[in-house]
Amino acid sequence: MSEEVEGTRTAEEKQEMEDTVISPEKAEEAKLKARYPNLAAKPGGSDLLRKRLQKGVPKYFDSGDYNMAKAKMKNKQLPSAPTEKTEITGGHIPTPQDLPQRKTSIVASKLAG
Amino acid sequence: MAGAGGGNSDVQWCFSQVKGAIDDDVAEADIISTVEFNHSGELLATGDKGGRVVIFQQEPESKNQPQCRGEYNVYSTFQSHEPEFDYLKSLEIEEKINKIRWLPQKNAAQFLLSTNDKTIKLWKISERDKRPEGYNLKEEDGRYRDLNTVTTLRVPVFRPMDLMVEASPRRVFSNAHTYHINSISVNSDCETYLSADDLRINLWNLEINDRSFNIVDIKPTNMEELTEVITAAEFHPNQCNTFVYSSSKGTIRLCDMRASALCDQHAKQFEEPEDPNNRSFFSEIISSISDVKFSHSGRYMMTRDYLSVKIWDLNMESRPVETYQVHEYLRSKLCSLYENDCIFDKFECCWNGNDSVVMTGSYNNFFRMFDRGYRQDVTLEASRENSKPRSVLKPRKVSTGGKRKKDEISVDSLDFNKKILHTAWHPLDNIIAVATTNNLYIFQEKLN
Repeated sequence: MSEEVEGTRTAEEKQEMEDTVISPEKAEEAKLKARYPNLAAKPGGSDLLRKRLQKGVPKYFDSGDYNMAKAKMKNKQLPSAPTEKTEITGGHIPTPQDLPQRKTSIVASKLAG
Repeated sequence: MAGAGGGNSDVQWCFSQVKGAIDDDVAEADIISTVEFNHSGELLATGDKGGRVVIFQQEPESKNQPQCRGEYNVYSTFQSHEPEFDYLKSLEIEEKINKIRWLPQKNAAQFLLSTNDKTIKLWKISERDKRPEGYNLKEEDGRYRDLNTVTTLRVPVFRPMDLMVEASPRRVFSNAHTYHINSISVNSDCETYLSADDLRINLWNLEINDRSFNIVDIKPTNMEELTEVITAAEFHPNQCNTFVYSSSKGTIRLCDMRASALCDQHAKQFEEPEDPNNRSFFSEIISSISDVKFSHSGRYMMTRDYLSVKIWDLNMESRPVETYQVHEYLRSKLCSLYENDCIFDKFECCWNGNDSVVMTGSYNNFFRMFDRGYRQDVTLEASRENSKPRSVLKPRKVSTGGKRKKDEISVDSLDFNKKILHTAWHPLDNIIAVATTNNLYIFQEKLN
């Protein structure tokens, strides 16, 4: 970098540049805070760790609701199963037709092919 | 620059084999989750997200081609773990194989431990190449003979048959982990092994599956006070009383089981002091250790955090003796890597047979080797484009500055979906196994 170019930068710009040069991490942190202003200050805190401890989303099941829905089905025509495999959540009570097949991995690994 | 190798700076690596499907549409079950050579290097095991284990066996070297070490071909494959459901917590238990560890061979059969998040299984892999023939009461196909036709008595004999390799589960070690198992490690005493989850480490006897001893418990009474989790654990290769475990905060604790039954008090704690001026939002996340491996000698251990590989001398807790940057250019991309979760990727690392070279994976299907003696490092790529038999791998380079040279790849062009998390080095020879998402590459040293 030539001296002429340096001379034309303002003091603030120079400080910013130095900060970025000293710590690209801090520059990245600033970027993140700009995008997510509500981000908690301590990332290593128990929130992140606890999310880590619980893998996956709990799949709650109420046998009472399930059996009542099944009973209702018997009295009506069976509705056609939904064509898209959507997540069964919310108000919809799952019936045997709705549940995605619990996969049995009988398919051989492609590494052994 | 020639590739880094076992103490000799002139080692060049050649493509040997690639296993797995070519198509880009990768089924989740085919994602490779662990790779491990056995103690002789003759067998190579892989585990995948679908709970399956595939074992490859090295063909004996042929006299016609002394230039090539034997190829690895499928020896056995079996379904190790099935998906399960935890009714109490309403959570699915993935069948993904987190780790495979071989037991040292004691007789004709081979044994390995494989684990998913909750259950460890001991598998026996045995060969059958003879079968008894000439039963008195049964025909060869198994049907019972009409007793009226039995007029003489004969002794059944063993006759050769086509080799059959059978895998059978000998022990199932379950219900000992509330949290997710990340590591298993067989003790040098060959009688016990440890299993570690996020907060606890248990000690098992290989023969006894209905009880295990808890040897480390870092669960706080109040979960709000949780500050770190266990990320990896390993037994010392020859001191049966010693093991280490690493944490999400970048520390490694060494414990001695002779000191007490519960090893919550560490014997040594290895931690590199951090410059408080450089601390940022990302500091703790990138300092989390994703893998810890003792050297074969037992004198050193290696840790892998997000950006670097560190070698520690067990006699010095204050700082590592060597630090190697794997992909320092990612430090200025941490914001996007946090957003796409890549910052939480868990890379493993491994030593070569004589502890002179270490290897770890990176993105864009790149992997890195660091030669400790010659202070050289090399970046290589596992790709179908370099998959002509015995073609020498060309070193790759990521350009960090403004000017990108020909053959260099810029940081922004790296494919972060192509990650090499699992690599393994043959215990004796310069043969390496590198797993991309769903393919297993085997590379060998170029022999002249």
